Amino acid sequence: MLIVVSFWVLAVVSVASGIAVFVVDSMARATYALAVSFIAVGIMLVMVGLEYIGIITILMMVMEMAIMAVYMVMFMGMNPALMPMDMTHGKRWSAVLAVGTFVLLAAGALLIPWPARVGAPAVDLTASLGEAIMGPKMLAMLTISPVLFATIIAGLVIVNPRGRYDRWGDDLKRRPPNDPMRGGLGQ
Amino acid sequence: MTLQAVLLVAAALFCVGLYGALSQQVIVMVMMGLELMLNGVILAAGAFWWFLAPAPDGQVLLLIVIAAMTVEMARGFAVATLLHRSRGSDMTDSATDLSG
Repeated sequence: MLIVVSFWVLAVVSVASGIAVFVVDSMARATYALAVSFIAVGIMLVMVGLEYIGIITILMMVMEMAIMAVYMVMFMGMNPALMPMDMTHGKRWSAVLAVGTFVLLAAGALLIPWPARVGAPAVDLTASLGEAIMGPKMLAMLTISPVLFATIIAGLVIVNPRGRYDRWGDDLKRRPPNDPMRGGLGQ
Repeated sequence: MTLQAVLLVAAALFCVGLYGALSQQVIVMVMMGLELMLNGVILAAGAFWWFLAPAPDGQVLLLIVIAAMTVEMARGFAVATLLHRSRGSDMTDSATDLSG
């Protein structure tokens, strides 16, 4: 009974705070609302036995929301906690599409005859995850690693204010390179 | 707590995120919508894992979804930084060069 009540309280909190993200009039409050939604979902994951994944979700998303708040202050050039704003477009069609998708997903969730559970959870779920990662599912982790590394490189390339094409031209043949001041590599 | 109940909550989260991703103009807010959608995906995947087949493979799938969220955020912040640097704005409407 306690689990059922806790689940529904967390469900209401997660969805309500998710809605609040796009209702509150400042980005800082939206960030906090999203963090609350993730924390509620993380606790729900812990309730279904996913302690490791649930805690990771909470820790990672709280940190991510903190970074997001910094970006907002940086890009908006103001104190977003104090500055009401409404920067939206196509609200009506977005709402229609979102409600339609929810009806479709909800119908699927309620009408599909879901099969009975196959197998039983391991005694120590976190240990079983670790064994899976280090054993038969190692390829998945080996694939994720270069993807994350590629993300770091791509992120650096995208945010780099001046690359080699800015210095050497489109054909990389400009000599001397176009630099704001003399000196440095190639000069 | 049943599979259907958890899936309903996950669907609600996904659709709230979908509304945000479609309706917001600021890139960081669009990213928040995408995060909320993935939040629903994680919850649904966790429910499928617990109620249908609680083998360790499902947990690995969840880790992959979380990694995808990380990649999405990192690339999103990079694009927002680039756009802000080149256009002085972080609005989606100022980055429609490739539309149409």
